[in-house]
Amino acid sequence: MSWIDIGHIDDIPLRGARLVKTPVGCVAIFRTAEAEVFAASNACPHKAGPLSEGIVHGQKVTCPLHNWVFDLNTGEAQGADEGRIATYPVRLDGDRILLDGHAVGKRSAA
Amino acid sequence: MAKKLIVIGAGMASGRMLEHLIDANPDAYDITLFNAEPRGNYNRLMLSPVLSGEKTYEEIVTHDAAWYEERGVTCRFGEKVVAIDTEKKVVTGEKGALPYDKLVIATGSNPFIIPLPGHDLQGVIPYRDLEDTEAMMALGAGKRAVVIGGGLLGLEAAAGMAARGTEVDVVHIMGHLMERQLDEAAGYLLRRSLTEKGIRVHCKANSKQILSDANGHVRALQLDDGTELPCDLLVMAVGIRPSTALGKEAGLEVNRGIVVDDHMVTSNPDVLALGECVEHAGAIFGLVAPLYDQAKVLAKTLLGEEARFVQKEVATKLKVTGCDLFSAGDFAEGEGREDIVFRDPARGVYKRLILEGNRLIGAVMYGDTADGAWFHGLIKDATEVEEMRETLIFGPAYQGGAAADPMAAVAALPRDAEICGCNGVCKGQIEDAINAGAGDLGAVRATTKASASCGTCTGLVEQILGATLGDDFVIPAAQSVCGCTDLSHEDVRRLIKSQELKSQEAVWQELGWTTRNGCHVCRPAVNFYLLADWPLDYVDDPQSRFVNERNHANIQKDGTYSVMPRMWGGMTTPQELMAIAQAAEKYAATEKVTGGQRIDLLGVKKEDLPAIWHDLNEAGMVSGHAYTKGLRTVKTCVGSEWCRFGTQDSTGLGIALERRLWGSWTPHKVKLGVSGCPRNCAEATCKDVGIVCVDSGFQIGVAGAAGMDVKETERLVDVPTEQEAIEWTVAFVQLYREHAKYLDRPYKWVAKVGLDWVKETLADAAERQALVERFDLSQSVYQKDPWAERAKPEVARRFHPLADLTLEAAE
Ligand SMILES: Cc1cc2nc3c(=O)[nH]c(=O)nc-3n(C[C@H](O)[C@H](O)[C@H](O)COP(=O)(O)OP(=O)(O)OC[C@H]3O[C@@H](n4cnc5c(N)ncnc54)[C@H](O)[C@@H]3O)c2cc1C
Ligand code: FES
Repeated sequence: MSWIDIGHIDDIPLRGARLVKTPVGCVAIFRTAEAEVFAASNACPHKAGPLSEGIVHGQKVTCPLHNWVFDLNTGEAQGADEGRIATYPVRLDGDRILLDGHAVGKRSAA
Repeated sequence: MAKKLIVIGAGMASGRMLEHLIDANPDAYDITLFNAEPRGNYNRLMLSPVLSGEKTYEEIVTHDAAWYEERGVTCRFGEKVVAIDTEKKVVTGEKGALPYDKLVIATGSNPFIIPLPGHDLQGVIPYRDLEDTEAMMALGAGKRAVVIGGGLLGLEAAAGMAARGTEVDVVHIMGHLMERQLDEAAGYLLRRSLTEKGIRVHCKANSKQILSDANGHVRALQLDDGTELPCDLLVMAVGIRPSTALGKEAGLEVNRGIVVDDHMVTSNPDVLALGECVEHAGAIFGLVAPLYDQAKVLAKTLLGEEARFVQKEVATKLKVTGCDLFSAGDFAEGEGREDIVFRDPARGVYKRLILEGNRLIGAVMYGDTADGAWFHGLIKDATEVEEMRETLIFGPAYQGGAAADPMAAVAALPRDAEICGCNGVCKGQIEDAINAGAGDLGAVRATTKASASCGTCTGLVEQILGATLGDDFVIPAAQSVCGCTDLSHEDVRRLIKSQELKSQEAVWQELGWTTRNGCHVCRPAVNFYLLADWPLDYVDDPQSRFVNERNHANIQKDGTYSVMPRMWGGMTTPQELMAIAQAAEKYAATEKVTGGQRIDLLGVKKEDLPAIWHDLNEAGMVSGHAYTKGLRTVKTCVGSEWCRFGTQDSTGLGIALERRLWGSWTPHKVKLGVSGCPRNCAEATCKDVGIVCVDSGFQIGVAGAAGMDVKETERLVDVPTEQEAIEWTVAFVQLYREHAKYLDRPYKWVAKVGLDWVKETLADAAERQALVERFDLSQSVYQKDPWAERAKPEVARRFHPLADLTLEAAE
């Protein structure tokens, strides 16, 4: 792992998300509680809806286009829908959000 | 001869250590105990019960003079140690130096004082020792105190002073109380309990400065927003810092605390340390349980026995009577976790368990903490809970009974809770009627009039029937809002009003939601109900809104947005048109003239939104709210100004209505039309509210539709003046805002409650006036241009990616 500092926890609204541009495409960083973050692909497998714009509830997000719901732990679509979004290692160090650079395709985090 | 042991600090940790040491071998050491406080060891934890008057100081003394004497401990109380010489092995106190063979540092921690202007005034104190406690006890009734810090200590201080009749304000910087130990739901219940004790709690409040009176004594705390909270005493309880100065000056290794190994030995083999002043394996300590473990280990080390300190999960409780909370383990951060939530509104109980794989890793409870120790054990021992997962939350006593009761929310209502808003009927009256023989809905309606008017409280009346009659009454299945609750939209709306629920957390808890914070179906609805009913108390939550309402633009299928400025009544000017044209060119937007008489700019990128809004704002235009469940457009024809058939100034009325109604949130979108004559060029008769001008005045129709359903408006009323037309329209919109189910357009809502009921309600001049006033009150909060607010740089930032990790790669 190579942890990259991508910002302060308060840069993401509680129960909201922000985007990070990465070599593997746009990654959404979700803040599900005061100190709880997840990282997953921003693109919904259904019709590429921007998941960072969805409603965040519990540890899930609902796609803003057609209401597919994804579990942010596993990336699996819930209920009758079938699909999966990629998830990436992310963690908090105090107030800072750290994303795993390797997982999102960065060769080295200088 | 016994070796010489010096102990610095007679606190909780060293006191316990001395007990172990002397019990094991009374003759091993010749002990001298220094303490900065002019007294020996007392139970610091119990200062709070002393403060509240539940205990006296004498009752909390752990070691009195006789205890030390019997054990031959030389006490140097009220004497601070000022230096340690580890080379010469000498400790210097304020009254003289003393050599040692072994030294124990147990100096505890120092309260952190925020360096706010005025922090050194008289009457500004921390909460750490008996002196602080006595200062608070001295206040008593009729005085005022402010506590900065809504954590464990701050709240115990606040509750203690309140118990003595002092008026207390708690100022907390975070969104909910005790955020390190509690989640929002438990924080909400805690806040409610404290409020019931008369303590005023201010969350998300930033302190700015402490104000002084003429004598250099604290007078008030001023917050960032200018609010002044007057006080005679200000208690700062914002955290502690390990007291490491002595150790650092003596050349010991110090990070955040004095570094010790597993045997509690510092970087110098003859100096040991324990308590809140130490750092072990990167951790520092703030609760007493691990310190007791340290005390055991340190005593053994001093006696040459092998022992190692191991950190364990600690649990938190708050010592405030009536506030039963428990929190243990980890309930935030991390992936691969699952929640189990249980709420019992009747008893004010909330429980949440956090599982990772098949182990319990955290627990938060409020109201009923009886199972706390059991859960704490499961966490500490990392017990596999797969087998009992389904029933885990019910605790060890669970014997396969009692599932969550869908009627709990209604059962929990007090007898004076209003059930039927139309006829002012309370739960108690309905229960009485049922007990007197009204056995079904019809009978209850006939005897109490409950649910006899608009009918939206029907579900609740049925639940009261069910709760009162038990199995004799079968509750017809109503459609619940979503999987998070068994209540219907109508039930939720009524209960928000009658129970005065003013926050999302209040709704989740009091109505027994089965999830942590709802889902994409219920959250937007509840957010709307709360802001519609409590415009001044509840703050709109953008994170509970669908993307378009959060970003104030319509998301398109390719992820770009459309932007539509308001054109009041469909009128525009050359300046506006030029600004729109320029914006379209600058942001490469496609232009479309819409059916609502305005111009749509399509294909704008998210990060460009704040800039295009700024440009349109500059030309005097505001958001057209083309994306909201709120007022969209007021379509007009040219009216008597230009048209040879026009009977009234329909454009003027349309503009007046749009200026009055814009910015308001409604259950679903609302579109208006005003036509200048019955030829109806503005197609007013298929709108949510459509006004047709005639020679004698204005015909107001409502509940039209021109979408999936097409439906002509129904006549609400005919009025002679423009002013009355506006009043009726505003009152109708407000009635709709207060009563309709989220996502019901007016025509659907009117079909449910009946046009007659709407007419009757609005025909009452006083009621109409009251509705208008409530609408205007709400507008005082919500009639703001969302674009202008978001075009500001600090907010605009949020529309850009948080970070760009592609840049380096491209280099
Ligand atoms: C009001 C209150 C309520 C609390 N409630 C709880 C609770 O419910 N549960 C819980 O687990 N914990 C609670 N705590 C925390 C708990 O009291 C502390 O964790 C514990 O007291 C720390 O023990 P200690 O021996 O490290 O330090 P202390 O008990 O603070 O003892 C340190 C002593 O060293 C003395 N000292 C410092 N420097 C010098 C010097 N240079 N020379 C001589 N003497 C010196 C100090 O005067 C002090 O008497 C509470 C604390 C407070 C203040
Ligand atoms: S694109 Fe996500 S649900 Fe259709």
